Amino acid sequence: MMEKKLLLGDEAVALGALHAGLSGVYAYPGTPSTEITEFIQLHPLAKERKVHSRWCTNEKTAMEAALGMSFMGKRALVCMKHVGMNVCADPFVNSAMTGVNGGVVVLVADDPSMHSSQDEQDSRFYGKFAMIPTFEPSSQQEAYDMMEAAFDYSEQQCLPVLMRVTTRMAHSRAVVEVKDEARKENELNYNAVAANWVLLPANARKRNDKVTAQQAQLEEDAANSAYNKIALPFGGAGRGAASLGIIASGIAYNYVKESGVDVPILKISQYPLPKKLVRQMLDSCEKVMIVEEGQPFIEEQVRGVFESQNILGRLTGELPRTGELTPDSVAAALNEELRVKNEELDINSQLSTLNSQLVVARPPQLCQGCGHRDVYTALNEVLKEYENPRVFGDIGCYTLGFLPPYRAIHSCVDMGASITMAKGASDAGQWPAVAIIGDSTFTHSGMTGLLDAVNEKANITVIISDNLTTAMTGGQDSAGTNKFEAICLGLGVEPEHLHVVVPLPKNMPEITRIIREEINYHGVSVIIPQRECIQTFKRHAKERKQNN
Amino acid sequence: MKTDIILCGVGGQGILSIATIIGEAAMNENLYIKQAEVHGMSQRGGDVQSNLRISSNPIASDLIPLGGADVIISMEPMEALRYLPYLNKEGWVITSSAPFINIPNYPNIEDIKAELAKLPHVVAIDIEQLAKDNQVPRSANVILLGAAQKALGIDYDKLEAAIRRVFARKGDAIVEANVKALSIGREQQG
Repeated sequence: MMEKKLLLGDEAVALGALHAGLSGVYAYPGTPSTEITEFIQLHPLAKERKVHSRWCTNEKTAMEAALGMSFMGKRALVCMKHVGMNVCADPFVNSAMTGVNGGVVVLVADDPSMHSSQDEQDSRFYGKFAMIPTFEPSSQQEAYDMMEAAFDYSEQQCLPVLMRVTTRMAHSRAVVEVKDEARKENELNYNAVAANWVLLPANARKRNDKVTAQQAQLEEDAANSAYNKIALPFGGAGRGAASLGIIASGIAYNYVKESGVDVPILKISQYPLPKKLVRQMLDSCEKVMIVEEGQPFIEEQVRGVFESQNILGRLTGELPRTGELTPDSVAAALNEELRVKNEELDINSQLSTLNSQLVVARPPQLCQGCGHRDVYTALNEVLKEYENPRVFGDIGCYTLGFLPPYRAIHSCVDMGASITMAKGASDAGQWPAVAIIGDSTFTHSGMTGLLDAVNEKANITVIISDNLTTAMTGGQDSAGTNKFEAICLGLGVEPEHLHVVVPLPKNMPEITRIIREEINYHGVSVIIPQRECIQTFKRHAKERKQNN
Repeated sequence: MKTDIILCGVGGQGILSIATIIGEAAMNENLYIKQAEVHGMSQRGGDVQSNLRISSNPIASDLIPLGGADVIISMEPMEALRYLPYLNKEGWVITSSAPFINIPNYPNIEDIKAELAKLPHVVAIDIEQLAKDNQVPRSANVILLGAAQKALGIDYDKLEAAIRRVFARKGDAIVEANVKALSIGREQQG
């Protein structure tokens, strides 16, 4: 029996995985992937089956734990945002060498246009790079259906499957037909062969040959996949040479459909790129436009390194080179190419003449009552006493400290880079060099950098602004809560240069005194302003009220 | 039928609960739905919007094309103006008239009201005040939904039934407050 549910793309992925007999999800929160794990955490079936769903410290620990579950024969899902792929790249790439026992799906949510990210890298390159088959659903229904297909395929090919979604898929709802029953979980087994999983060079070479040889089969499977298909115009009546054909992948396929053009369309949702289908398009169309969300992944493969008059897309300027596609940018490119004078297709004739010059930008900002505000107020007050202070920021709500009224940070690169960049700057002769990092980011990737700093007695001041949660992504558990002093002491921070303060306006004199003293101390200092995120505080207060 | 709706406001104003009610009503009618939301950084006091599309035929794009929206429902007057390029020529704007000022360069509210008044189809009401006056202080967003009922092309009874289902687990008092808010909104659409 099937039933209909209104699901976010992320939720469709999560339910698809549960229905495919998932035994564990391993993830670190990151927009736009967070809701997958949250959905599983709250789902009754996951509770009944005790499916692992607790947050991991970072994407690398998540990927490795999933490999451990696969080693024992069970199905595991790993979820992350695109930049998380960089953090787990080592185990991800090597997972093609080990192969899998239980199925492994690595779900990565890309964020073109960088709604909540620092770059717009396209994760499909990771799949190709690692020789791992990649799925890219174009609808929430496909996201649900493909999850079971991906787990089955992973076990059939003994390889992980990379599933790529983008923001507009992850965070958009649609009606999805889902099963009302779930596949049984795999039993624990001991079928994993040590010679595959011990990546000594002699073993890894054999696996590398095997996986390389397997690529032809993966491409053949992609050519025959139900998710990759060529649709001809007029329901197939439009055979013969066409002036324009379209190759569209993932969510970009929907924008092509929205435009209403009736030309041959090859939809791609499974990689390696099926050359056979691409060849059919090139042979039957004078020109082919490639419409894909993200970087020109298909386009570069189809064009090769040479210029071509016949392959159009992001590289030739018909579509914008960067940023996410929209129904408007796709329709404009198609109109231009097809020279459509048809009213219905010509978006310019439909364009509203309405707009207002009054509208001004409303950037996001730190919440009223947020502890990070008090931290920046104190830090700015102290730092104005110094000639050229530099503050190295990190990834989280507190990155908003770059904006007015604080204008408090000078860098934000990747998870953990505040501490290591402050150390490098100090090595170069900078003083004061201050790092500001959140609690969850610190345990994600800041601890190792702090050890480097302690080992060299770097002249830096580290502020771990601890709001007891992973706030930016909506208030998930933070791996280090209540452990920060112990972690810092364990890494060798001197007890007299480790301070915990409560960031509130009434404590300003104490906080500014401590910051000043520790900047003036020649060595590593750690200050931990600790106060719960105002959003989770309100939520907890509401829950307590409801329970009483 | 086909209705393309832009819901907008400032992060934290509760536009998604309006979307949930419309979605529930549409789902119950076996309509197709696509609803693109904004999560993450911009929710922190920035401008937020959601594209909600309902139709009796399958919907391709999760995003509404420029000039394609039939209705803008806005919890904030300047935010309503932000999405005008998405509104079709005969589209409706249903907005709260009370500004949410959390930026130093917020425009003069009288200018915004004048700009709104120039639109062919607009309902601008002080939903917060109406909610207070009618003892439903937490249901201002449902008043706005009531004011949008005709523009949405969804029967009033179906919206009310959706509210009863969506709020059922929160208890009778909350259900009745929201049903009352919907009816207050309906009276505002003239």
